Amino acid sequence: MRRLYFHSLLSRAVTEPAPTPDERALAELGASLRARARARLGRSLAIREVDAGSCNGCELEIHALNNAFYDLERFGIRFVASPRHADVLLVTGPVTRNMAFALKRAFDCTPDPKWVVAAGDCACGRGLFAPSYALEGEDGAVARVLPVDLHIPGCPPTPVDLLRGLLALLEAADGRIPHAACPTC
Amino acid sequence: MSELLACFEGLRAEPDHHPWPRFRVDRERWLALRQGLARDRFALLAEFGEPQEVHAILFDGESLALVVASLACPTGRFPSLAVDHLPAVRFERTLRDLVGLEPEGLFDLRPWLDHGKWPLSRPLASNPGAPEVAFDYAFLPVEGEGLHQIPVGPIHAGIIEPGHFRFTASGETVVRLEERLGWVHKGIEKRLVGLDLESACRIVGRVSGDSTVAFAWAFARAAEAIAGVVPPARAVWLRALMLELERIANHFGDIGAICNDAAFTLIHAHCGILRERVLRAAHEVFGHRLMMDRVVPGGVAVDLDPGGIARLHRLVDELAPAFDKVVSAYDNTPSLLDRTAETGRVSPSLVRRFAAGGHVGRAAGRPFDSRAHLATEPYDDLGFRPVVREAGDVDARVWIRIEEVRESLRLVREILAKLPAGPVRVELPVRAGCGLGVAEAFRGEVLVWLRLDEAGRVRRCYPRDPSWLQWPLLEAAIEGNIVADFPLCNKSFNCSYSGHDL
Ligand code: SF4
Repeated sequence: MRRLYFHSLLSRAVTEPAPTPDERALAELGASLRARARARLGRSLAIREVDAGSCNGCELEIHALNNAFYDLERFGIRFVASPRHADVLLVTGPVTRNMAFALKRAFDCTPDPKWVVAAGDCACGRGLFAPSYALEGEDGAVARVLPVDLHIPGCPPTPVDLLRGLLALLEAADGRIPHAACPTC
Repeated sequence: MSELLACFEGLRAEPDHHPWPRFRVDRERWLALRQGLARDRFALLAEFGEPQEVHAILFDGESLALVVASLACPTGRFPSLAVDHLPAVRFERTLRDLVGLEPEGLFDLRPWLDHGKWPLSRPLASNPGAPEVAFDYAFLPVEGEGLHQIPVGPIHAGIIEPGHFRFTASGETVVRLEERLGWVHKGIEKRLVGLDLESACRIVGRVSGDSTVAFAWAFARAAEAIAGVVPPARAVWLRALMLELERIANHFGDIGAICNDAAFTLIHAHCGILRERVLRAAHEVFGHRLMMDRVVPGGVAVDLDPGGIARLHRLVDELAPAFDKVVSAYDNTPSLLDRTAETGRVSPSLVRRFAAGGHVGRAAGRPFDSRAHLATEPYDDLGFRPVVREAGDVDARVWIRIEEVRESLRLVREILAKLPAGPVRVELPVRAGCGLGVAEAFRGEVLVWLRLDEAGRVRRCYPRDPSWLQWPLLEAAIEGNIVADFPLCNKSFNCSYSGHDL
């Protein structure tokens, strides 16, 4: 037992330097934020993750964001238990018809200003389960149900993919979209 | 002769079904099978259907006989097995929802996967019906003084899959838990119809993302059995290597998550690091962190070079001592053990009746592990021995995982040392037929039943996640425990929602 404590205290941190925000994501966010007032969130984002039909592969990688290597919280981004405490809904999976209602309710419970991120090929509407009778709009794209601000592709997206997308969102939410990426400037 | 095989005496096995036998039975024999199940003489691993036929996958743990029994249902009806064998209830409710077959005598007629939201009903029937009208799901009535209900889900607090739990509690104590699942039903079985082998394998490899290697391997085994092709030895060993890495990574995740739910975050943090190390090595060596699409029909999609072998040796050398420290922290923290010991107990008889596999079964005295008992290649060359405990509580399920991680680390070393040379993939000839594939995922045995048409395309594919037989036992495990211990029990099971909802 004590060995583990000492080991934890004395060993070097495994946490990695931050990746740069994803350029493509910044561009997409610039467009999606154009019409909206930018909120000053003090460089902090609360995320509510909603699995709307995923195979659970995406969840595994989202979980990994919390491990010591990626340590999401150091950026001021944290996962919260209730949509009422969230700034961002991070949605995975093809949206199943059985989950669409719950997803919409979670969105309605999230206070403004809020952002929706679709994570994974399935959530982006080009996953392997489509087309299917059991998916919203047959392809299960999150955008069929909610206004999506950012798409993070991948099957599943790696933690670095997710992190770069979320960092871009953090910049955008903070009104700090670089000029090059912001079509309104 | 085993009592299971005796039920088929005088029958000829279907010639196009491999590698285990399939028998077409009449109603009389079907009822005899029901009798055998009622008397716990053998176990039901799955019950599923095609438009004109219902299939039961049966297993006798003593003789290790595995058989598919099929009953033609030209009128769309068949005698319910659930009448005398409760583990069949959810299978038969699903048969009604998806195929439209009517189990005669079934006492629970509530739809299971169909929530009344699809644009059609009976999607797998030859003539799907009009949509189920929207309905209020009737939870089982509970009567008693001072009872209250707590509905949870489908969206839960935390990054986990959706499902609904209806607790009835008396004060702090759970009197009954009733699960309602089906939220992430994606229509996988229908989606698979008509696909070529490779496309179907990618989708079956995503039935439950955490078990992608196991599902893809079970699918490949079914396809290879139909083709009559033995995959190259090197491919089989590489599959086992990936399967053990998948098991190690998932067990790390589970051990950490269980301790986290007992508010012991230190172990969670360390397990997170260990898991990440495995995924990174998998990415470097196999090109994908979860090893998706690496197992393909006919072999594997990637070979391992000497650099990769060295990399994985380094990984195991790094993991083993670090994991020992984590285990000793678990074993020496009384406040943690106080939470896990004697919590969420499942009795050995229930585990046997439900044929629950993986850590749920092996923590309660059911020694079955398909690596030792059904799909033994290459494990028979590696001296594999399943791990078994008796207590059936959360603590026992943690220890099963701990010992399995150690065994898997040993297996990885053995495989790396003895990996046979040669090709890693062969072409499969196009052939019609039926096959059954098995692989031991980290949570238990995965089954894939497959029927291919003349063009080698999928006519019917049924993937069965081990969770099907574990979910009902979670309801039993929490009974008499306090509500606050539910997350702990749930994590110690870690059933798949996606694997169950299909
Ligand atoms: S994108 Fe891939 S990993 Fe994510 S839910 Fe879809 S199939 Fe699973």
